[in-house]
Amino acid sequence: MRKISAWLFIAGLLTAAAAAARAEDLIFLSTQLRPIEEAQKMRNLILKDFPHKVDYVTEQPAQLPVRIKAEQQGGTHTIDVVGALHGELQPLVPLDALVPLDDLIATVKGRGIPDPLMSLGKLGTVHQLYIPWMQATYIMVANKEALPYLPAGASLDALSYDQLAGWAGAVQAKTGKRLLGFPAGPQGLMHRFFEGFLYPSYTGGVVAPFRSEAAEAMWTGFALLWKSVNPNSTSYNFMQEPLLSGDVWIAFDHIARVLDALRQKPDQFVAFPAPAGPKGRGYMPVLAGLAVVKGAADMSGATALIDYLAQPETQIATVRSVGFFPVVKADLPPDLDPGIKLGAGAIEKTQSATDALTALLPIGLGQRGGEFDKVFMDTFQLVVQRGQQPRAVLDREAETLRRLMTETGAPCWRPDPPSTGACQVQ
Amino acid sequence: MLMDARFIPYLLIAPSLGFLTVLFFVPLVQTIALAFQSDGGWSGANFARMADDLNFTDAVVNTFEIVIIVVPLQLLLALAMAMMLQHVRGGRDIVLWIWSIPLGISDLAAGLVWLAILTDKGYLNSILLRLGVLSGPQSWLSYETPATLLAAIVVAELWRATAIVLVILVAGVQLIPKEYGEAADVFGATPWQRFTRVTLPLLKPSIQTALILRTVLAFEMFAIVLSIGGRNFPVLVSEAFNWQYNQQDFGVAAAYAVIVMGVSLTATLIYLWVLRTPAAQR
Repeated sequence: MRKISAWLFIAGLLTAAAAAARAEDLIFLSTQLRPIEEAQKMRNLILKDFPHKVDYVTEQPAQLPVRIKAEQQGGTHTIDVVGALHGELQPLVPLDALVPLDDLIATVKGRGIPDPLMSLGKLGTVHQLYIPWMQATYIMVANKEALPYLPAGASLDALSYDQLAGWAGAVQAKTGKRLLGFPAGPQGLMHRFFEGFLYPSYTGGVVAPFRSEAAEAMWTGFALLWKSVNPNSTSYNFMQEPLLSGDVWIAFDHIARVLDALRQKPDQFVAFPAPAGPKGRGYMPVLAGLAVVKGAADMSGATALIDYLAQPETQIATVRSVGFFPVVKADLPPDLDPGIKLGAGAIEKTQSATDALTALLPIGLGQRGGEFDKVFMDTFQLVVQRGQQPRAVLDREAETLRRLMTETGAPCWRPDPPSTGACQVQ
Repeated sequence: MLMDARFIPYLLIAPSLGFLTVLFFVPLVQTIALAFQSDGGWSGANFARMADDLNFTDAVVNTFEIVIIVVPLQLLLALAMAMMLQHVRGGRDIVLWIWSIPLGISDLAAGLVWLAILTDKGYLNSILLRLGVLSGPQSWLSYETPATLLAAIVVAELWRATAIVLVILVAGVQLIPKEYGEAADVFGATPWQRFTRVTLPLLKPSIQTALILRTVLAFEMFAIVLSIGGRNFPVLVSEAFNWQYNQQDFGVAAAYAVIVMGVSLTATLIYLWVLRTPAAQR
């Protein structure tokens, strides 16, 4: 009996000590860099020069609002800083869980965070609710063997969709092979191409102009372009593999899914922004931000951590170790992996393009994001693969989209104009 | 006191019955309920959405196509293999063992093996290139080549699952008493007559079991089709998977599950009825 109570006493002491230690550490909860290797790099490399001790904890994106809400209701606040994607921070606004960070704007502004990214951090309110942390996007990658076939007068960094079609057509005419590729496989991110690139570039929106005449013309044109696309595209999930094997010479994909190709053969490939359409160069930034949770035990520590993570040196350490790119203006060191430099260059050119048109990830669809993606992939399948008339297909799919938007009540997101109530197809 | 002997059999099967009730019957009822519920009430909306989807017709046609081509071929192949095996004297076990190797490989692995053979830069194209049959890589599995895609899936299914039919038939053949065959020989039957008049009728129960098992499994095929055909070859179960995990619409996924179950049950009943042994022969 005595023995047991002694053990209980020691266990109690240990718990108390752990709790005390935890109270002093900053808790940094992140939905990004979750795999153990990336998390360890975060702890051991990126955070190592920060003066306070930081507990870096990861959480599934879907669990983030659940946890924050539970802590609000329970009255125990354990989290100081949250790092998450723009769309994952948005649901925290109606919970009133984020501390305005307007005081930090002056500190980080001078480091060259582009205005469009900074203003995303307001999350539609008047206050700065998060500070941009790190970013990625979708880019184009081409094998240098394809460059001689570029249409006359076309520049890689300011390509249009018409020029892309001409380019792929010329490659096909000269080589007899279809060497343009898209990630339209079962695990590919093709739907993001339609939602964040093609639709914005041609119609200036996504949901509202879904069945517009501009959209009809866009699909007709894309079906023509597809005649120069490698038919195995419907099996490609990551474009780095067909790029490396030479099955594809020109490809579109998320930067993380082509980075291996750029790293392995930086002399063989070039990276450049996605093409532009009549309404601009639609592109979908993947932006992660840093926010402070209301009730944070250590406010000054939390803002100091954000300040630290937004410094150019930390941002370079981040791209070097985990492949997420800087949001601040950072002079990349000469010894940086040349493949990463290619990727960083393409992102920078995408953002600074004069005709850049930001399109956000769908917001407010909750669990039903997959149904939204299906509308675009079904339209693609019917119009491009089965050769049906775009008008009939768009009218049919618009009904599905209308029902989805009405049922979720999601308001419009950029580049669609703001809506009162659910975003609607016009 | 000893328990009444009449209860012992029931007592012994009780655990398996309980197990099946909890882990099979309850989820089954729940799935059926889920399929017929929508917006909190009973409705056929899930089935309407399923039938309205652009991949539904393809999935139905593809699934039946595979079953109708693969199952009879497998039965013929397995019958031929079982008959040949009867005449093998030395090393019979080794032959049987080699023939049943695919049984030990998972569906997904089998699919990936065939993908490695048939992909653009796979083994088949490499060999054909070296032999000079092809001048460049030829696609076999794209949406533009539906015939070779179907053929590839049929071949992979044959390779993967003929062994299960074979094992059942071999067991059945071994149960047939030698005297019937010898009697047929005495009356001057040809080998073909012996096969059709003696072996086949006596093998009917085994054939029935093998057909039921194979057909039900063929309606449920998934991993092989997914790895070889991907998005280009939807079948009923892959669509159920898509609705469950990609679109996260559990109602439509349940509707697909109910369809698969209905089709499998119907096929089983048809086999039981067509291949029944008349009471007089029992």
